[in-house]
Amino acid sequence: MATKASKGKTYTILPVTRVEGHGKVTIHMNDAGVVEYARLHIVEFRGFERFILGRPFWEVPVMVQRLCGICPVSHHLAAAKAMDRIVGGEQLTPTAEKIRRLMHYGQMFQSHALHFFHLSSPDFLFGADGTAESGFAAPPAKRNIIAVAREFPKLAVQGVMMRKYGQEVILATAGKKIHGTGAVPGGVNKNLSVAERDALLKDVDQMTAWARSAVTIARDYTMEHLAELAPFGSFDSNHLSLVRESDGALDLYDGVLRAVDKDRNMILVDVNCQRYLDVLMEEVRPWSYMKFPFLKELGPDHGWYRVGPLARLNTATFIDTDEAYTAHKEFRELQKDRSNNITMCYHWARMIELLHSIEKIRELLLDTDLQGKELLTSGPRREEAVAIIEAPRGTLFHHYRVNRNDEVTMCNLIVSTTNNNEPMNRAVTKVAKDHFSGRREIPEKLLNYIEVAIRAYDPCLSCATHALGGMPLVVELYDAGGGLVARRVRGAGQPV
Amino acid sequence: MNRVTFTIDGKEVKAIRGQTILKAADAAGVFIPRLCAYRDLTPNGSCRVCSVRVNGRIQAACVQTVAEGAIVENETPELLEYRRNIVDMLFVEGNHFCMFCEKSGFCELQALAYRFGIKAPRYPFLYPKRDLDMSHPHVFLDHNRCILCGRCVRASQDMDGKNVFQFVERGGRKRLQVNGDSLSETDLKATDEAVSVCPVGALMKKRVGYEVPVGRRRYDEKPIGDDIEMKGEK
Repeated sequence: MATKASKGKTYTILPVTRVEGHGKVTIHMNDAGVVEYARLHIVEFRGFERFILGRPFWEVPVMVQRLCGICPVSHHLAAAKAMDRIVGGEQLTPTAEKIRRLMHYGQMFQSHALHFFHLSSPDFLFGADGTAESGFAAPPAKRNIIAVAREFPKLAVQGVMMRKYGQEVILATAGKKIHGTGAVPGGVNKNLSVAERDALLKDVDQMTAWARSAVTIARDYTMEHLAELAPFGSFDSNHLSLVRESDGALDLYDGVLRAVDKDRNMILVDVNCQRYLDVLMEEVRPWSYMKFPFLKELGPDHGWYRVGPLARLNTATFIDTDEAYTAHKEFRELQKDRSNNITMCYHWARMIELLHSIEKIRELLLDTDLQGKELLTSGPRREEAVAIIEAPRGTLFHHYRVNRNDEVTMCNLIVSTTNNNEPMNRAVTKVAKDHFSGRREIPEKLLNYIEVAIRAYDPCLSCATHALGGMPLVVELYDAGGGLVARRVRGAGQPV
Repeated sequence: MNRVTFTIDGKEVKAIRGQTILKAADAAGVFIPRLCAYRDLTPNGSCRVCSVRVNGRIQAACVQTVAEGAIVENETPELLEYRRNIVDMLFVEGNHFCMFCEKSGFCELQALAYRFGIKAPRYPFLYPKRDLDMSHPHVFLDHNRCILCGRCVRASQDMDGKNVFQFVERGGRKRLQVNGDSLSETDLKATDEAVSVCPVGALMKKRVGYEVPVGRRRYDEKPIGDDIEMKGEK
């Protein structure tokens, strides 16, 4: 449908595919046809923070993981870590902590593999559409994992098998591949049997080789297309994550909060997680259910930050596994002493974490503590607890209060995607400004540019939703006064 | 003279005169599903899951006594359908969220649903608004999951010598009531038999949670009734 309008207009893209859940993008143009800003609207509402109230606290780790089918382990472990403190058992036994870490690295491994191979690889592999205008402009029919399987079968199989391996690690530690019960307040409910360990060790070399190769693919792709990738949806920002308390190393399971600015100056220095409310605030904006967190000291305009693989590789002093250590150093070389602010570098960073995760899995599998019998611990009860964990998509905050009757009386969750709310809006705005301004039509490839920018963050807009084939989109055009001028709709797999 | 012989689905079963069909079937290794019946608690025949046909008439096997030469039908498509319907209705009448219920894998209602091949409810959920009583230091009562089987009522009276639980109201409003404003005001102890007989996750000890990993729970490997049927195979 033609989109002629003499006044300022708004384009709406709904829903966004190959991300988790549902979102909507609107692009707002002024009278001159220049993009002023774009917004990613989160229109889903989950309500977990409300309906968990009054429930027994030990239910929480199992209940809240139902927020998601892709990274439930992160919610499971974050809630369990909070409940550890409630039962006074935050100093876990070595067996319990290592089982949980193994579960977490399994989760990280499968989620990163899923994102890179299943969700993002179509953008890279089928980039060129012949017009040489962009690397992300493949026709919709090819932008899916089915096409990857057809044309790059070896790569597709690697993606599937790596995800499967991660799921097997979760099964062995949590009892189920999705929505297990392994982490309980004060510890875990099972150790790792020798048979389970040996089954996982059998494939760890192959997984490491594939992870190594994934880092190479991501690195080479980034370096070869740097001229296009560097400005794509990019902007300077702060970065926030957990780091290991003792030495600032990358730690995905536990640690202290650290933030650096665009030049990698430390702006939040290793803050204890229990104090997160002293340093963070959330802003509410009327057009989205998702809040906008920021560092209190810098305020909402300057205190927003990015989380996730890119942020973690900017904040961490180093990575404590051999191959990922080297890969991280190479990654850092690109921007020298500055933070890496290139949005599309999320993918490279994600693959370095994939490699780190499998290295950690191997290290843990060889540790005999995993066969230990001491699974639970407890101490003096508390009535309030905060737990923070690095989920695949970024820093995840769980905060609870529990009364003496064991009922949850308060719950506050700041999920990874919420932390990336402002950055995702900025990325969409940047892409829209760079590629949308001055146009009178809505070319198909433009819709994918926006999705590629959002997808770099691997957002989880809450529930697990996958769409294969063409993206179902609704584009709405509004004039400067907010009136609907034109509307363009495409269902899943249909041409526009 | 105290012995009687009858058949269940054509299988000859010997029983003691005065015994219920359910008890005789258990002893003979024939599983008749049940929810309100529990070991030696006085049966009250309320859930009707154990319905069988006795000489053509539908009877509750937990209260109907054996008779010489009786022909009992148990595993017929018709009875299976009745039982499925009862279990289906119990699911939608309360708020049963197996996915995060700590009784999952130990729950008799869930295990029966699996045994009957119920994959999804056929009736609309009622989503009743029910309370959770967390006042007791060691036990909690989640009315969302109560199926009104009355096991706790009878166990408290017959086995614990107390009277902690009773039913109040009737029909769709019938509910379990405790002898006080809340559970903490009763003389219930965590060690009482009443706490251990609940077939679902309604009356539970606190802070036990998910201590048994998935895969090692009671009904993870073997279906409900397997222990009884094993006796028959021997």
